[in-house]
Amino acid sequence: MDAAAALERLREISSQVRTAVIFERGGKVVGSTFSDEQRAEDVAGEAEALLTEAEQQRDAADGPGAFAQLEVALQGGSVFVVRDGDRLIAATTQPEPTVGLVFYDLKSCLRDLETKPAPKKRAAPRRKPATRAKKTDAES
Amino acid sequence: MRSRNVLTGILLGAGSIAGTLLFRRRLARRRERVDVYFGDGSMVSLAKPGEAEPLLRHARRILELAG
Repeated sequence: MDAAAALERLREISSQVRTAVIFERGGKVVGSTFSDEQRAEDVAGEAEALLTEAEQQRDAADGPGAFAQLEVALQGGSVFVVRDGDRLIAATTQPEPTVGLVFYDLKSCLRDLETKPAPKKRAAPRRKPATRAKKTDAES
Repeated sequence: MRSRNVLTGILLGAGSIAGTLLFRRRLARRRERVDVYFGDGSMVSLAKPGEAEPLLRHARRILELAG
């Protein structure tokens, strides 16, 4: 499934997600719900910076650990960043969302990207119409 | 008459306690915070202004961009 299709599916299944950007580490945008590409890149850049700050918090506390996901709750809404392999998704929601559900939907969206579209079914080879042997007079 | 006054007082007291509890719960929920989850299942919750502020700043910017 490509990024546009995965994001479309995300918007279908999650009424809480307002906007979302799929990006790779380094800030390369793979897909977004924004019509403005520059805005999507800016969001990916900010999410990347958010991620770096979050990882530093972990380093300061217990040593290095692989980042999985984060939620920032603000009065105007929440920001989520979820990682699956090299890909990340940053999303915004309304205030006080159902956190577990949003994490699940975002993770599913990233996993949808990995799934390859089902190969097209080959058309069954046409059978040759059975030819009836003409009865000859000798047979009858 | 007196028992009615006592009952009214009790009801008012109970109502104000319930209202305070609801208000405090709502206020606590509205507090800005950052929850970071790691692959090993651990979680770090940042709510103190000093430690959460750099992350909150980026998140505010994202919300601004999202409109």
